[in-house]
Amino acid sequence: MAGASSSSGVKAALSLIAKRFASSLLTLFLVSLVVFTIAQLLPGDAAQEALGQSATAEQVQALRHEMGLDRPAHERYASWLSGMVSGDPGQSLVANLPVSEVISSRLPNSLLLAALSALVAVPVALAIGIGSAMNRGGKLDRALNISTLSMVAVPEFLVATLAVLIFSVKLRWLPSIALVADDMSWGDYLRGAAMPILCLSIVVIAQMARMTRAAVIDQMDRPYVEMAVLKGVAPVRMVLRHIMPNAVAPIVNAMALSLSYLLGGAIIVETIFNYPGLASLMVNAVTSRDMPLLQACAMIFCAAYLILMLIADVTAILANPRLRAQ
Amino acid sequence: MDDLPFSRRELLGGVGAGLLLPQAALAAPAKPRVGGRIRVASLSSSTADTLDPAKGALSTDYIRHYMLYSGLTQLDRNLVPRPALAERMESKDQKNWHVRLRRGVTFHDGATLTARDVAWSLLRHKDPAVGSKMATIAEQFAEVKATGPHDLIIRLTGPNADLPTILAQSHFLILRAGQKDFGTANGTGPFRCVQFRPGVRTLVRRNPDYWKPGKPYLEEIELIGIPDEVSRVNALLSGDVHLVIAVNPRSAKRVKASRRHALMESKSGLYTNLIMQQGAMPTGNPHFVAAMKYLVDRPLIKRALYRDYATIANDHPIPPFHPYYRSDLPQTSLDLDKARWHLQRAGLSGVRLPVYASPAADGSVDMASIMQEYGSRVGLNLAVNRVPGDGYWSTHWMKHPLTFGNTNPRPTADLIFSLFYKSDADWNESGWKNPRFDRLLLEARGEADQARRKQLYGEMQGLVHDRCGVAIPVFISLVDGFDRRLKGLYPMSTGGLMGYQFAEHVWWEG
Repeated sequence: MAGASSSSGVKAALSLIAKRFASSLLTLFLVSLVVFTIAQLLPGDAAQEALGQSATAEQVQALRHEMGLDRPAHERYASWLSGMVSGDPGQSLVANLPVSEVISSRLPNSLLLAALSALVAVPVALAIGIGSAMNRGGKLDRALNISTLSMVAVPEFLVATLAVLIFSVKLRWLPSIALVADDMSWGDYLRGAAMPILCLSIVVIAQMARMTRAAVIDQMDRPYVEMAVLKGVAPVRMVLRHIMPNAVAPIVNAMALSLSYLLGGAIIVETIFNYPGLASLMVNAVTSRDMPLLQACAMIFCAAYLILMLIADVTAILANPRLRAQ
Repeated sequence: MDDLPFSRRELLGGVGAGLLLPQAALAAPAKPRVGGRIRVASLSSSTADTLDPAKGALSTDYIRHYMLYSGLTQLDRNLVPRPALAERMESKDQKNWHVRLRRGVTFHDGATLTARDVAWSLLRHKDPAVGSKMATIAEQFAEVKATGPHDLIIRLTGPNADLPTILAQSHFLILRAGQKDFGTANGTGPFRCVQFRPGVRTLVRRNPDYWKPGKPYLEEIELIGIPDEVSRVNALLSGDVHLVIAVNPRSAKRVKASRRHALMESKSGLYTNLIMQQGAMPTGNPHFVAAMKYLVDRPLIKRALYRDYATIANDHPIPPFHPYYRSDLPQTSLDLDKARWHLQRAGLSGVRLPVYASPAADGSVDMASIMQEYGSRVGLNLAVNRVPGDGYWSTHWMKHPLTFGNTNPRPTADLIFSLFYKSDADWNESGWKNPRFDRLLLEARGEADQARRKQLYGEMQGLVHDRCGVAIPVFISLVDGFDRRLKGLYPMSTGGLMGYQFAEHVWWEG
């Protein structure tokens, strides 16, 4: 790549990042407003949920006052927002702990699970996608096609349940629940997290592999590839040197979408394996109507999504000379 | 064991520490051994987990609290209160109680238990800031006063012969006076808190200075929550946990098929009931109530919904294995002709009525469907509205003419009647009003004579059975699953996992 075009690409990327950052803040604000409004529509509030079936009207009133739920909704939202702007996500109504503390005990677990799953899923997906594209129409392609299609079609709760039945209950190789303790060794962690990673990866691999295959095949039909073939470029070199730079933008886009799923969409896997992650914390927050915690989780998921999208777009710009020149 | 030939007062006061012997002898045909670590999975675990007994809301909390704290009394397997931290507990009028504490009991931090700790622990339930689940029950503590280092007086607002039983509940476990921070636990219980992570796990280790000599047996217990039932059973079968609460009857076969595991059925007073609001029409019509009670196919509910892990009920909340159960009441059963006749008398043939059911009230959706089916045969058109479990108790329960409720077992007949059937009770679900019932309730509460009490409670069961706007089809058994290497378990009707108190009784042979 020429120096001039790459520096203009960096410039374009920087201005894009700046613009995106501003619009991301706006998106976060709107999302928080929507989440708050919808949560207000749910029946009951944190005080009623905390006291449960056996609450009397006076007890609920007293607890509501203590939680500050007797203030009007817009006032509560305003105080939450001002706290958030100054970096304080508030106090969890149910746990009686700062939200930041509750989340800091769960977020690393979620990030670790997502990162490990991505580490497994991305190379496998790329290999499957490129491999089947190169063998388009061949036996390998058809076999991979059928397997990825069925992987997309099978819901992860089924994969997870079957995996538990086979690997834990029958074979007893892996634990059926993913326990996370402070005094745990890496080996223990990986053993416990093996099946969650497997289940998360399967869904993501299938999606990413299919997108990769489509993107590579799309490039293969272009005249420049035909030219390269006529010139006698070896297939592997052609894919890696000629096709991939052009196919990378749609592939990264598809991957960003799939990976955002690893963080937030892990809820079913977290439930089945009892993994203490962020998604189950958010479900907890919804059922206990713990607004500050719910809002903070929503913000984290939204921010993660925006960041991944930003990365995808920046990669697309840097990879595409036409966009770079703009 | 003695089947209530004595009054509670004699049982509690007379024998003292020696009482522990027959209990241990019964529980243990084999000799328990010390040591072993187990992992226990209960139903749910969330950020609402707490180490404050007063705030305990779910089975996971009760189990945790019984591991770490002790109460003044403790229920044995026949639900008779036995002395625990209280060496004696006596009263002449069931109103002024004198409690003498066991000597030499120490908290986990080494401090000695005194009457001041007990008085503080009981009175805090009256403080609204504590948010105690037992606030309404604690209102009857007029005065709790330490009269010496090991003696105290509990003066009630009215006589209550059940005080020793009430104090055995997990909410009334004893704390060190002045405890404010519940990041860790300082109790007198069989285990010490090593780690407490709300929503993740509780780790406890054997307390070698426990006041019951030789107990507990296990070295370490890790308590986790697995809300998903299938995952919970899988965790048991794969050997990752050794004891699980609340196995669905539908999973019973899977556990039974394993040679390494077994099930424990605890017959309990837990029930899901149909509520017919007496203040609304047509549900307030006695003929309608009678017709609905004749529309319940109890054996079918017992067999199809609960795979026989249930006991047939008779439209009142006292189960057949309860000491105060009245056996001579005629059993209501499915009778379409009688139902049709009552509906015609009520002028309700061909009427369409909505009934609200929810997964929050266990089994209610299926019960409603069964009643809908039989209703259509007698000209009653029930429309089953299935509503989400989330928010059910605050938005639907008792708020429509026909809803379902779900009531956990309570340790005494008095509690269940006072909380759910007294005319002015907050959760008088059907809103029935019966002055005779209220009078009997008060009389029975202060009555120390067992035979007379049984008679009073018997009459109350008859009144609820005949007149009250609730239909109770079955009492639902609690089913726990365990690893066969875990010994010493026995069922208690107050809750799963031996009334949540398994921790100090079981041992590991592995």
